[in-house]
Amino acid sequence: MTELFGPDPSVASSAGWADPPPRKGFFTDTSVCIGCKACEVACKEWNGVPDDGFNLLGSSYDNTGALGASTWRHVAFIEQPRRSGNEQQFFSELPVGPSATDALNRAGDAALSGDRSALGTNTEAVAIQAVPPTELPESGEPRDEIRWLMSSDVCKHCTHAACLDVCPTGSLFRTEFGTVVVQDDICNGCGYCIPACPFGVIDRRTGDPGTKNVGIAQKCTLCYDRLESGHLPACAQACPTESIQFGDLDELRVRAQARVDALHEAGVSSARLYLDDPNDGIGGAGAFFLLQDDPEVYGLPPDPVVTTRDLPQMWQQAGLAAVSLLAGAVAAFVGRKR
Amino acid sequence: MTEVKRRRRARGGGGDGAPVVPDAKFSSYYGRPVLKAAPWEKDIPAYLFLGGLAAGSSLLAAGADVTNRPALRRSGRLGALGAITLSLAALVHDLGKPSRFLNMLRVAKPTSPMSMGTWILSLYGPAAGVAGAAELVALAPRWIDRLLPRWARWLLTVLSTPAGLSAAAIAPAVASYTSVLLADTATPSWHEARRELPFVFVGSAAAASGGLGLLAAPLAEAGPARRLAVTGAVAELAVSSRMERSMGLAAEPLHQGTAGTLIRASRALTATGALGALAGSRSRVVSAISGAALLAGSACTRFGIFEAGQASARDPKYTVVPQRNRIDAAQ
Ligand code: SF4
Repeated sequence: MTELFGPDPSVASSAGWADPPPRKGFFTDTSVCIGCKACEVACKEWNGVPDDGFNLLGSSYDNTGALGASTWRHVAFIEQPRRSGNEQQFFSELPVGPSATDALNRAGDAALSGDRSALGTNTEAVAIQAVPPTELPESGEPRDEIRWLMSSDVCKHCTHAACLDVCPTGSLFRTEFGTVVVQDDICNGCGYCIPACPFGVIDRRTGDPGTKNVGIAQKCTLCYDRLESGHLPACAQACPTESIQFGDLDELRVRAQARVDALHEAGVSSARLYLDDPNDGIGGAGAFFLLQDDPEVYGLPPDPVVTTRDLPQMWQQAGLAAVSLLAGAVAAFVGRKR
Repeated sequence: MTEVKRRRRARGGGGDGAPVVPDAKFSSYYGRPVLKAAPWEKDIPAYLFLGGLAAGSSLLAAGADVTNRPALRRSGRLGALGAITLSLAALVHDLGKPSRFLNMLRVAKPTSPMSMGTWILSLYGPAAGVAGAAELVALAPRWIDRLLPRWARWLLTVLSTPAGLSAAAIAPAVASYTSVLLADTATPSWHEARRELPFVFVGSAAAASGGLGLLAAPLAEAGPARRLAVTGAVAELAVSSRMERSMGLAAEPLHQGTAGTLIRASRALTATGALGALAGSRSRVVSAISGAALLAGSACTRFGIFEAGQASARDPKYTVVPQRNRIDAAQ
């Protein structure tokens, strides 16, 4: 029986696999991501994921928006008027005046209307209006501080995966590699995994009746089929900078720690690991990250907790409430004639 | 990256220069939600309401059966049958692949409130169905009656009481598990309500089913329905305000937009219905109107809480701010 919370050194054995291989995962080192989106493309190609709309979202180079049923890798772009570390800026002619990024972002934002929570999943729900005119800042002092954060997001393959816990059909399951996978032929599209996920990863696919797997929950499988035949996941294979590293989770954690230490030494004091700690609210992730700002800047929850941690308490309260209802009903009949 | 600043007017601040609570400042990725809202349509809040109505009605019907109140028994059993049939239809309709509904019965998983709920309903449905069918047959015109074989009629008559009592035994679980269904998610306004939500839901179920009893049963038999309705309404109102105090920031969506309108309507209808039920014990008309108000109030509660949760998932504030505060507090 799996525990609902806390570290679990062998998720696959807890899920009933006899003698599983070492747990596999991703270490996404965002400090070397160049935002090429090769991972997004490779994932779609290999897994036969349908398109998720062709939109200009007005958020830097990100026209994908968010992870969703048809977006299993998503590259985020964040522009900041800040220096990363001790690096030399290599502009020959420096831009001047305050950054136009904010003004442009606001204009892009204003151009979006409709249900934005559907971004990346049902792009028809999001309309793009004409981008309003922006007042670009006047020129001023030369500016030499800019950094660009890029990060390829993916399902975290949580140690305690809420999506898997709440799935009523057993469609979501833990593989021998410790990853979390939807069985397409079993899912009946109840949608419970969607609000359960603390990262907003999994979603129900929408589209015409002919669309592959329409109506059922979809997300990254960590390329289960490729792992079974000893290949790298498609995104890791395609990544030209090894920003996406695949391997045994234990080894990745050691490598990640060494990388943070090296970055700190290079003056990138904002580098930190995210979801690497087995003592965090989800028992640590199978897919963890090196970030250079707070998680929420990348659209990630700063301190996620698996909802089922509180499930024993919830069942207990529900039991007490049920008993109260029964008592109330009995009392309504006792003692009086009318 | 966008830093979103929000200003909220402090509640109760008067005049033009109304005081403003400090800015809730937080970072987000272009203002996008961190979470995904449940893909559920109106089917689910309708189910929450109907499930509660069915459960309370089965309890009232069983009590009426034992204490010899035939009209209250009939309205309870028929109400339960109608409500549970509609709720099952709503549940299946809401699936992305309705044809695979039976896949729910592949496993029984205590970590999945939906799995537990399916099994609870699988026990409750047939019991409530038999009890309701017995009432239907008794009411049916003679020519329909003749279509049924005699043994079937006999079986229904014999089974109606045991079936009704079994339905009543399972009913409390039917009414309360739906609170866990909502609370066991990352949706802020549902998860943060987890301690009190079961009590709000059973209170709402009692008010609704008591309301139906007041609407359908004659004064001479409606006493238990009246008492159940009033107790349920008072419990719901009292626990709701306690719940809001314990929810922190996640209580905010309960007061805003569609959810806010629904919750205000639910409070007004439930309170009026309860007062009317108390005052109108000698008037069939007042009782019936109060019953209808209680039913409407219960429906508004379910839709309001549902909508508040959806709104809380769509705004990154409700995800990021409490988590950020938790980190800051720990440091
Ligand atoms: S990130 Fe979400 S979808 Fe992925 S394993 Fe965790 S809970 Fe499931």
